[in-house]
Amino acid sequence: MDLSFGKQYEDFRGEVRQFVDSHKDKQPGGYDGAPTPKEWQQTLIEHGYTARTIPKEYGGFGAQPDIIESRIITEEFGRVQMNTGLGGQGISMLTPMLLERGTEAQQQEFIPPTIRGDISWCQGYSEPGSGSDLASLSTKAELDGDEWVINGQKIWTSSAHIADWIFCLVRTEPDAQKHQGISFLLFKMDTPGIEVRPLVDMTMKANFNEVFFTDVRVPKDQIVGKRGEGWLVANSILGFERGSLAPPDAAQARLNALINLMKSETMNGQPLMANTQFRERLMKIQGRIMAMNYNDMRLLSARLNEGQDAKLAGMIVKLQGTELRHELEGLAIDIMGEIGLSFDDNPYVRGDGSWQRHYMYYLGLIIGGGTNKIQRNIISERGLGMPKEPKVEAK
Amino acid sequence: MEFGLSEEQVLLQDSVNRFLSDQVPLDEVRKIASGEKSDTGIWQGLTEQGIPGLLIPEAQGGVGLGYLDTAIVAECLGHHVTPSPFLSTAVIAPVALLAAGGQEDLLAGIAAGNSRVGIAFGEALGARADAGVSVSDGKINGKSIFVMDGNADHYLIADSNQHLYLVSANADGLERGNLTTIDATRSTCQLIYNDVTAAPISNDANVFIQALDIGRVMQAADTLGAAQCMLDQSVTYAMQRKQFNRVIASFQAVKHMCADMAANIEPCRSFVWYAGFALDDIPDDRRLVSCQVKAHLQDVGKFVSKVATEVHGGMGFTDLVGLHYWFKRIGANRQLLGSPEMLREEAARIQDLAA
Ligand SMILES: Cc1cc2nc3c(=O)[nH]c(=O)nc-3n(C[C@H](O)[C@H](O)[C@H](O)COP(=O)(O)OP(=O)(O)OC[C@H]3O[C@@H](n4cnc5c(N)ncnc54)[C@H](O)[C@@H]3O)c2cc1C
Repeated sequence: MDLSFGKQYEDFRGEVRQFVDSHKDKQPGGYDGAPTPKEWQQTLIEHGYTARTIPKEYGGFGAQPDIIESRIITEEFGRVQMNTGLGGQGISMLTPMLLERGTEAQQQEFIPPTIRGDISWCQGYSEPGSGSDLASLSTKAELDGDEWVINGQKIWTSSAHIADWIFCLVRTEPDAQKHQGISFLLFKMDTPGIEVRPLVDMTMKANFNEVFFTDVRVPKDQIVGKRGEGWLVANSILGFERGSLAPPDAAQARLNALINLMKSETMNGQPLMANTQFRERLMKIQGRIMAMNYNDMRLLSARLNEGQDAKLAGMIVKLQGTELRHELEGLAIDIMGEIGLSFDDNPYVRGDGSWQRHYMYYLGLIIGGGTNKIQRNIISERGLGMPKEPKVEAK
Repeated sequence: MEFGLSEEQVLLQDSVNRFLSDQVPLDEVRKIASGEKSDTGIWQGLTEQGIPGLLIPEAQGGVGLGYLDTAIVAECLGHHVTPSPFLSTAVIAPVALLAAGGQEDLLAGIAAGNSRVGIAFGEALGARADAGVSVSDGKINGKSIFVMDGNADHYLIADSNQHLYLVSANADGLERGNLTTIDATRSTCQLIYNDVTAAPISNDANVFIQALDIGRVMQAADTLGAAQCMLDQSVTYAMQRKQFNRVIASFQAVKHMCADMAANIEPCRSFVWYAGFALDDIPDDRRLVSCQVKAHLQDVGKFVSKVATEVHGGMGFTDLVGLHYWFKRIGANRQLLGSPEMLREEAARIQDLAA
């Protein structure tokens, strides 16, 4: 056991901390002279605090990948809840995937504007008939001359109503086996034949959409990987997505916020923290967060040290992390009693409404990104070596 | 940065596991649990492995290993539901005696496997029923209940001030009576004191608390081992047992029970490792981590011991497969040295969150 990152990294931490401390009041926000999110993104890229390992020629900072440096940045930004720059599926999912599977031309064309925030992306995977069984998807693309012609429908497509581009799974080889018949296409959301219909979700905002394709024509070379390799390409990013859905350091930050809430919020003039039952539940959640934190250290360590086996420890993160967050946010609501119901413009709303919002949002994440039941299938089959269920033909 | 076991620690784990697989199969556990045999043979065998002296410095006859090493051994013992006085004699007593200073002979005796020191701490945490300990003029009066180890030759006793005293098991005025509990792998007794001569060990509550914390971490490690073993047995059983013409491991309900056990146990492993490491190297973390690790492990242990039994169907409920030894081991770890609710309240106090 050795939990120190060593002298060289402590120097690095010093640098990051200095940046964080001197920029705390210079983040985007609703004050005069605040930078726009894009300007802030540029500042972060210049200092290497986002797009850190993306090559300079693609507009990144160009550092060698170093897991510990990334970790330190996350820790230091997390410490003061500093804005970490632009997110979204283009940056968190598509960019790493293009770096791995894209052509040189695709990398040059898409990565720089994506990380600058000039173009935003949505992920077109799920369909009405294909959710957990994603590989059964039926939106089809046929080659006609130099163009793919796309017909079909996607659903639950987050941000499709505001995205400039979509990365999309389509069936191009109808005669191949289901996993081998899929291709991965990139195209603009203003291409003729695309219709986006927003779907209001339980937070009463339209964060995701239905997307309809009618004879949408897309240049032939806007495919990532070869024809029929779409499943492989998509899976290389699902890994990125799942690992980052519910990180324990974010849970720790929310726990701290919850502790503050319990100290400041009162019932009959007494702080909520004085209630033993509330405290008991708080401490229980803290114990679970600690366990997930150390699990995370083990995962970090396994990436740094060859021969450490943390396969199962990695597989359980999405399942445990999302359930834990849902409960944590729900605890805040429970202990606030009626005030916990407050929503939107209600003057009693606490934490800008984040408790209710996150409580619902994490229910969404229990479902999205491969449902938690599907995670249990994966853990039992790939982690514990239990057999797959026999297939049954649908009537 | 390296978060994991060293090569030496993996070797230690392998050798203890090998010894326990060979020498302490379930049949042996049954014999001891039923009273047919005593646990002295096993303790002798563990002594040859250096286990009683793990935490005692070499200069005092021990092996002088760290707390993480000790937690690894505790996990192995839990995995095999090993009958032994490990927690009392090899962990809590030496930690307290070393922190308090003195008692060199007794420490050497522990390391050599000649002395067993039982632990009577319950009354300093929360006196139940008619128990309670008072000491004046070097004489103890009162009663300790649920004392760890009914076969010890010495007892380390805490009074309500969390001061520690040592008495000999055959001291005049000491009455010892066995108490049957659900966990027959480790013996439990009560001690009634009538003017028993006591050697003062410590009047510093910190000594008591340190020994308690370390005991709690080792108990958590014991539960980790027992829970992991219950999961392993569940998966093995599910892969063999057939119903509706297929192994029950192919039923999703069974798979999800196993997945949930794994998803809960896996972070516990890291938690126990961290706790062991913190005892060695991060003293500021000791108090909070030892309360939380035991509380959390007991919750996960309780869940796993229920679900693993369910996976086994009727067989799980029988004495035939003996799964209940693990169930009860985990159950005992939960109650002794502070139940989860007590520990979490203590954790809140440590962080200044409770009055
Ligand atoms: C907030 C949110 C954002 C999303 N964003 C996007 C996005 O941007 N792009 C995109 O493509 N998709 C997105 N999704 C879709 C998401 O990936 C799917 O909802 C998810 O994969 C589940 O598919 P489904 O909704 O069709 O549910 P179904 O697959 O119909 O599942 C319904 C229930 O059946 C269970 N079930 C299904 N199959 C099995 C099985 N084999 N074993 C056990 N239980 C099973 C599920 O666990 C679930 O409880 C988003 C979803 C949410 C909630």
